[in-house]
Amino acid sequence: MSGPSLGTRLAARGIDGTTLLVLPGIAVMVALFVYPFLYGIVDSLTPKDGVWYSNYTRFFSDRFQYGTIAATLWLALPVTILNLALALPIAFRVRLMNRQRLLTTILVLPVTLGTVFVADGLLTFLGPQGWFNRTLILVGLLDAPVKLTNNYWGVFASLLITGFPFAFLLTLSYVTGIDPAIEQAAATLGAKPRQRFMRVFLPLLVPGLAVTFCLSFVQAFAVFPSAVLLGAPAGATRVISIAAYQAAFEQYDHSMGTAIAIIMGVVELVIVVAVLGLRSFFYRGPAGGTKG
Amino acid sequence: MVFQSYALFPHMTVRKNVGFGLAMRGIKGAEADRRIDEALALVRLGSQAEKLPGQLSGGQQQRVAIARAVVIRPPVVLMDEPLSNLDAKLRLEMRAEIRGIHDQIGSTTIYVTHDQDEALSLADRIVVMSQGRIMQIGTPEDLYQRPAHAEVADFMGFRTRLAGRVVSVSGEEVLIEAAGARLAGIARDALKPGDAAVLSVRPEDLVAVDEGEGIPAVVSNMEYRGRAFFGLAHAGDGSELFFRADSHLPRGVAAKLQPAAGRALVFRGEAQ
Repeated sequence: MSGPSLGTRLAARGIDGTTLLVLPGIAVMVALFVYPFLYGIVDSLTPKDGVWYSNYTRFFSDRFQYGTIAATLWLALPVTILNLALALPIAFRVRLMNRQRLLTTILVLPVTLGTVFVADGLLTFLGPQGWFNRTLILVGLLDAPVKLTNNYWGVFASLLITGFPFAFLLTLSYVTGIDPAIEQAAATLGAKPRQRFMRVFLPLLVPGLAVTFCLSFVQAFAVFPSAVLLGAPAGATRVISIAAYQAAFEQYDHSMGTAIAIIMGVVELVIVVAVLGLRSFFYRGPAGGTKG
Repeated sequence: MVFQSYALFPHMTVRKNVGFGLAMRGIKGAEADRRIDEALALVRLGSQAEKLPGQLSGGQQQRVAIARAVVIRPPVVLMDEPLSNLDAKLRLEMRAEIRGIHDQIGSTTIYVTHDQDEALSLADRIVVMSQGRIMQIGTPEDLYQRPAHAEVADFMGFRTRLAGRVVSVSGEEVLIEAAGARLAGIARDALKPGDAAVLSVRPEDLVAVDEGEGIPAVVSNMEYRGRAFFGLAHAGDGSELFFRADSHLPRGVAAKLQPAAGRALVFRGEAQ
C-alpha cells in the first residue's frame, strides 16, 4: 500500500514550488531586522565590565537613567492620547466633506517637513520673541512672554504637530471604512447623534483606534531631535533615547547604549501588548456592509 | 427602513440588532425581550439570535434587517431594493416571505425595485417612476395589461418599440406603418392618421411566421428558454425586435415577425 507522495502531501498543506517565493523576503528580514536585533541583545549582555546583566542593573539602580522611562512616558502618552482625541472628531467632520482631498493635504503637510525642521520653526515661533507670545501680549492676554521652548511644552507641541497627521490619516481611513448605511439604519431606528456615536461608531472604531494608538505611541516614544532642540535635554525632557545616545556616543559604551535601546523596546512592547490586549474585548470583524 | 446592503450592526448579535430600535425608544426588560422574540419568530430566526451578522447567510441577514425594521412597529416600512444582493433562487423565496411578513404585521410597505416580476408579484399598488416623475399608479393587472405610457410599457416587458406613423384609426384599433410593414395595435392615446406613434409589444407576442403580413427582419441572436426560442432581430431601418419562435433560426436568416392580434399597444410620440 502506497500513500500519496511526500510532494503531494506537502502541497495539500500549501507547501510547493511557489513557497520558495518567500525566501527573498525572509532574507531581507533576517539581514535587516533579525540579525541586528539578536546582535543587539548579545551586545547588551556583554558589558565593558561586570557580570552579563550588569548593564541592566546599572540602568535600574541609577535614578538619572531609569527616570528617563517615566519622562518619556510622561511625554508620549499624553501626546498620543491628545492626538487621537483630536484626530477622531476631525476625521468625523472630514468624512462628510466634499473637499476632503484639499483638507487632508493641508493636515498632512507637517509629515513632509521632518522633525528637525518643525522643531527649529517652533523654536522661533514659540520663543520669547516669537509670534505666539508677541500676539498674546499685543492682544493683552499676557503681560510677559510665557516660556514654551527648552522645556516640556516645546517638545509636547512638536510631537503633537508631527504626530497628528499619522493619527489623523489612520483614523480617517477607519472612519470612512464604516458603511454610511449603518449610520442611516441607526438613525431611522431612532438613535440620536450621540447614541449613534457611542453605540455604533465607537465600538466599530475601537480596534482601529487601538492600532492608531500603538503606532502613534511608538513614534512619540522614540522622540529624539525635538527633545534635544526644543526641550531641556538635561532635565524634564531627558528622554530615554537621549540616555541611549549619551551612553553610546558620549561615553563610548555601545554595550550600555544597546541595553538602553532594548529597555526602550521592551517598554514600548509592554504598552502595545496591553493596548492590543484590551482590543480583543471588542468586535474585530469587517465594519463595512455585510454582504452574503 | 430595510437597506439594499442590509446595514446590520456588525458588532452586535442578531438579538441586539433587532433590539436596537427598542432600546432607542427606552423599551427595556421583559417587554423588549418579548417583542424581539416575536420579531425573530416572524422571520424564523429564533435559533440564530446569539450569532453575529457575519455568521449568517445573505438571506438570513436580510431577514434580520426586516425584523429590526418591523420590531418598532412603524406605520410605514420602506424597503430599498432589499433582494438585489441575493441570488436568483433565494430572491424568489424571500419575495414570498416578505409578502407573508407584510400581511402579518399590517404596516404599509413601500418597496423600491427595478425588477418588474418583483413589483407585479408583491404589490397591491404599483407606482412606476421615471426620471424622478410618477408615470402611472395602478394595480399590477392594470399596469401589466394597460400601461399608460411607452416608458411604463417598457418596464412592464414591452421590449420592442417601433417608431412609425398612424395610417388609419377605427375605434380602439390603429394601423401604423413602421419598420417597413403595416401593423395593427390597440391605441393607448388619442390618435389620428398622420400622427407620429410608437408600437410596443412583448417578445412573447411578436412571433416569427412563415406566411402572411409581418415585419421583414434579419435574425441576429437566438436563445433557448425552455418552452420556446426567443431572439433578437433587426428590421431594415435598424429597429431592434425581440421576438418568439417555435424553432431555432440561424443568425443572418430573414424572418417575418407578426404581433399577435390585440397584443400590441400604440402610443403617441417619437421613440426614444
